[in-house]
Amino acid sequence: MTAALSPRTGRGEAGGQISWLIRGAEIAGPGGRGTTDLLLAGGTVTAIGPGLSDAGAHVLDGAGLIALPGLVDLHTHLREPGREDAETVETGTRAAALGGFTAVHAMANTEPVADTAGVVEQVWRLGRAAGYCDVQPVGAVTVGLAGTRLAELGTMADSAAHVRVFSDDGRCVADPLLMRRALEYVKAFDGVIAQHAQDPRLTEGAQLNEGEISGRLGLAGWPAAAEEAIIARDCLLAAHVGSALHLCHVSTAGSAEIIRWAKSKGWPVTAEVTPHHLLLTDELAVGYDPVFKVNPPLRTAADVAELRRALADGTIDCVATDHAPHPVEAKETEWSQAAFGMTGLETALRVVQQAMVDTGLLDWPGVADRMSVRPARIGRLTGHGAPLAVGGPANLTLYDPAAPAEPVSTAGASKSRNTPFAGMPLPGRIVAVFLRGTPTVLDGKLA
Amino acid sequence: MKRHLISAADLSRGDALLILDTAEELASLADRPIKKLPTLRGRTVVNLFFEDSTRTRISFEAAAKRLSADVINFSAKGSSVGKGESLKDTALTLEAMGSDAVVIRHSASGAAHRLAGWVRGSVVNAGDGTHEHPTQALLDAFTIRRRLKGTGARGTGLDGIRVTIVGDVLHSRVARSNVLLLSTLGAEVTLTAPPTLLPLAVDTWPCAVSYDLDTELPKSDVVMMLRVQTERMTAAYFPSVREYSRRYGLDAARMGRLPDHAIVMHPGPMNRGVEIAAEVADSPRSMIVEQVANGVTTRMAVLYLLLGGTEFPAVAS
Repeated sequence: MTAALSPRTGRGEAGGQISWLIRGAEIAGPGGRGTTDLLLAGGTVTAIGPGLSDAGAHVLDGAGLIALPGLVDLHTHLREPGREDAETVETGTRAAALGGFTAVHAMANTEPVADTAGVVEQVWRLGRAAGYCDVQPVGAVTVGLAGTRLAELGTMADSAAHVRVFSDDGRCVADPLLMRRALEYVKAFDGVIAQHAQDPRLTEGAQLNEGEISGRLGLAGWPAAAEEAIIARDCLLAAHVGSALHLCHVSTAGSAEIIRWAKSKGWPVTAEVTPHHLLLTDELAVGYDPVFKVNPPLRTAADVAELRRALADGTIDCVATDHAPHPVEAKETEWSQAAFGMTGLETALRVVQQAMVDTGLLDWPGVADRMSVRPARIGRLTGHGAPLAVGGPANLTLYDPAAPAEPVSTAGASKSRNTPFAGMPLPGRIVAVFLRGTPTVLDGKLA
Repeated sequence: MKRHLISAADLSRGDALLILDTAEELASLADRPIKKLPTLRGRTVVNLFFEDSTRTRISFEAAAKRLSADVINFSAKGSSVGKGESLKDTALTLEAMGSDAVVIRHSASGAAHRLAGWVRGSVVNAGDGTHEHPTQALLDAFTIRRRLKGTGARGTGLDGIRVTIVGDVLHSRVARSNVLLLSTLGAEVTLTAPPTLLPLAVDTWPCAVSYDLDTELPKSDVVMMLRVQTERMTAAYFPSVREYSRRYGLDAARMGRLPDHAIVMHPGPMNRGVEIAAEVADSPRSMIVEQVANGVTTRMAVLYLLLGGTEFPAVAS
């Protein structure tokens, strides 16, 4: 062991590292059978099995811990460039690491918008410099997210940032012709269009899921049909042109039903759900606290139940955080003037345990699939989302599901504090995270 | 009484009757040469108006002054919506000035809720966006009880009285508060509007719903017309003002279908010729001017009860 154990050196590089021996953890995933040791060296998993030894390795006691392949987030807002008051690539990737992520996709709605090779390369480079997790930029579909003209998708794909996921997230690609063309165009480089499904006309001024609560609170309603109509349309378009469509933050029971139908036809459609839509409902808006204001809005308990079922049966492919940091003043205001969005990176895995594992809907190999394997596949990420195996990349998250439920704190690594889970007891603890064999988190703290 | 009055749902039947009975007591003041009571001397009431509403502001101001409170009018119109001071900073300013009660009118639903979290004094919601306007509902209930049951109706509710509320329920804070309060007091409320102007989940409200005004009128003891904003037409809530007026406007012929004892109400300001015809607004059945007078009395009762003033020495006999 010669290399210094510093968070700022060695990470992201394969050679010159110390090795790590994890003793007695349980691997979640295919091949996970009881507890085992793992040896990480040179950026890869070099051995798996009982009774491993390596005199030069750091040893981490994995008793009671589950070893998941490093989590991958398809949907993160890192806010840089432009809104460094809310988050930076540095602070956002710190939060991601603490949440168990080894890779995040950075959404394009920055200022300037990530609609050129220049901006996506800047974000990609900032991610490399931060080093707490890999940052894969998402490119905008249309110039300035304006929904009128295609951005230079091919140039972004060919850039150093190697963009494969394109999204106007925050806004819907509402023009059906533009959406069709975008879907078709990215076939040339195995791209995918990630749609923020929200019919703009049906949601003008909308504030909260349209239903009993919005009517009582006098907040303009956000109909489920505004999401479902776009999802139905885009599934048909994806089938028609044979292109990959990904649906961001699916929030209604009806959306899940449409996706289930599209998949039954064999159409190339994938979908994500956020942790908050798996746990929270629109009832939380009754105190008008905008920390619960999000796009798409929190829905009803019936929607939550159906989204959980759809994630469990694979209709919804993955969990994605839609981590949306905002400064305090954007939320300490009247509901209608407050910004949409919630932070989520640091709480995602614990929420998934509460909503999916502790309810018996999903086992830990299922969590590995929905939070690492499938999002990496949808994002066309190499080096992530591979089940833990000898010779594979040493990207992994060690998680203690038996840690007693602790109330969520607002004092995390994110620059922003708009977590809807503040004060809510959530089970589990992220103990350690390794990115290519180097720890980014040890004993629950940044390494 | 609770510390704040933000929603009509905050009021139990007992709370509501206490306010109405207190208002009845205070009403006798209005006929005296000296209208002022010393009960809130030394207390400060701030009228915080982010929206223009001269009528409501004057009503609260008169109510507070007749109880001898100091009144500060804070017209914050234009200082919201991203420029200028935030609601929170305004609240902190008011705190620093030592207000005992803040009467707030704001264009955002929930603004009164938010304010209550930032100030120590009482908050009275004088209309928040499309949410609620509880003192309007109280003055309407007071007017209905006085007119249909007489001034000796203290301690009684509105049991069995049939109230039809007509118009833009979806965007109406008056309708929301009235449905809650009138049903708490035992009235049978029916909402009548085109389906586009009713909330989607209106079936969960404690009232009936009808799309046809003409079938409701003969069964109504009270018909309450809501202001309809003509800009709703451009958002396709209805095809034209003429058609709206034809189907949901109260004209003289329609008024003739009401029972003889029935009264007509409107929270103002009216669109004469749209939701209400001039001959209806000016008819003896119209309670519109009386509603304004009762507004002062009812708001006096609310401020008195929230701020826990001394007894009414002048009317104790």
